[in-house]
Amino acid sequence: MVSNIDKDLVAAMATPLVLAILLEGSSYGYAILKRVRELSGGDLKWTDGMLYPLLHRLERLGYVRAEWGSSPEGRRRKYYEITEKGSGQLVEHRKQWETANRTLGGIWGPTPSVATA
Amino acid sequence: MSDTLEKQIGEWRSAVLQGRAVADSDADELEGHLREQIADLEAAGLTADEAFLIAVRRLGEVNQLTAEFAREHGERLWKQLAISRPDEERRQPIVTMLAIAAVAAVLVQVARLLSEPTVISDLSFARNVSLFVLPVLAAYFAVVRRMSWQRVMGLGAAVALLAVAVNLFPFVPGASTELLVAIHLPVALWFVVGTAYLGGDLRSSARRMDFIRFTGEWVIYYALIALGGAVLVGLTVAVLSPIAPEAIESVLTWVIPSGAASAIIVAAWLVEAKKSVIENIAPVLTAIFTPLFAIMLTVSVFAYAIFGLGREFDRDLLMVFDLLLLVVLGLVVYGISARDLTRRERLTDAIRLVAVIAAVVLDLLVLVSMFARIGEFGFTANRVAALGLNIILLVNLVVTAWLIARLLADRDPAARVERWQTGYLPVFAGWVLFVVLLLPPLFGFA
Repeated sequence: MVSNIDKDLVAAMATPLVLAILLEGSSYGYAILKRVRELSGGDLKWTDGMLYPLLHRLERLGYVRAEWGSSPEGRRRKYYEITEKGSGQLVEHRKQWETANRTLGGIWGPTPSVATA
Repeated sequence: MSDTLEKQIGEWRSAVLQGRAVADSDADELEGHLREQIADLEAAGLTADEAFLIAVRRLGEVNQLTAEFAREHGERLWKQLAISRPDEERRQPIVTMLAIAAVAAVLVQVARLLSEPTVISDLSFARNVSLFVLPVLAAYFAVVRRMSWQRVMGLGAAVALLAVAVNLFPFVPGASTELLVAIHLPVALWFVVGTAYLGGDLRSSARRMDFIRFTGEWVIYYALIALGGAVLVGLTVAVLSPIAPEAIESVLTWVIPSGAASAIIVAAWLVEAKKSVIENIAPVLTAIFTPLFAIMLTVSVFAYAIFGLGREFDRDLLMVFDLLLLVVLGLVVYGISARDLTRRERLTDAIRLVAVIAAVVLDLLVLVSMFARIGEFGFTANRVAALGLNIILLVNLVVTAWLIARLLADRDPAARVERWQTGYLPVFAGWVLFVVLLLPPLFGFA
């Protein structure tokens, strides 16, 4: 099991991760977080509430669009949807992460289980 | 769900709403999250109590959460900030403010006495008075913001340069460039105040927007104080003039300038201190007047289009149009400054767009005739000043109209309009400096 991911790294991952999840289809806060947990297998520790200021920032920047809808139980729920600008931004992020991956992978080699110590 | 759980959720919600940057709808969003998390945990076999505790824990400490919202939604603080500060901390700025207001009141008398012997040119007081008052306001902000010494020196040097230039210029008596300097110098100094207001941090668009908001609120507060002052003076004269008619007049010539000068500081302090107890006033006024101006401008465009230009345009009319464009710009800027950047306000945006387009069309009509006139008579200082301002405003409004149109078509976020306006501030500053420092020599101080 990997030790908890460093806070700064989580912050850097947050934007591309949320955008990528929204690229799968529009979603709302709680479901996005569930997806994050699922994808990281619980290794990515994230204070749930911080997702919302992040989503609002992405909305302000025009990367996502938000709309109030309602949940199946009839509660108000805010749905987020990625915009064209947001997908463009995601492509950009992806390039950067691939470079980072390649660079570190070049020196570490393809050993997926270094962390089991 | 049980009653205790509902009560717990309600308490948590009101704790979150204590954060002034958390809007009601944000609390809804967070509450929805909380409830879903609780339901999931309960489904996994936890009791309601346990589920609540874990769900709240996962959402994060309430004050960290609200701090994060404040970072993202700083503009909301402007609408409802009322930080509870300890008493001494609050009293100290009042003392500072009163001291500095007193300095302004004294300095304006110095300015008056200095200019009195040289009555030959009436304008020397008008030209210099802002130099005695507005730097004091800048100094107030420098003190309150604890600006670094280098920045204070920088601002001081800028003010000194303006003061020396304006007083060394050998103006011809009755020169129109002198009047132009008297009008533009306060604006140039207002940018100095702005730099101090921002604590020297000029780069951030959000901070510049704060200064724009501050300017609007300050104007309104100043007008309100002036109204109150006028009532006071009027009543004083009415009550006391039967007893001592001469004494009253000489006292008032001392009281009115000092009152007007110190009110500048007091108004600035009020804007800062309340920021706001009530919703900001400037956006409320714009909400009322934007539709009315849109109607007035549209009617005027049709009137000019149908009846043509009845008489030749003159400079005074051009100045009227400069003023009109300034007002329209103000309506747009303050309308936008208060909007929720993420909410769509299609109707208001459409009205804004109509007002801006009508103003642009109207102004183009004037400019065309103005160019014809300059062709006839050539450039004078007044015409250059009026025309330059007009073109600067026109460029701003054309781009603003374009951005609002894109906003309406959902192509751009509202923040673009805001960034455009804050980015344009240096253009205004540059123009004002040009009129103060370069225009008089260019036209031989005539």
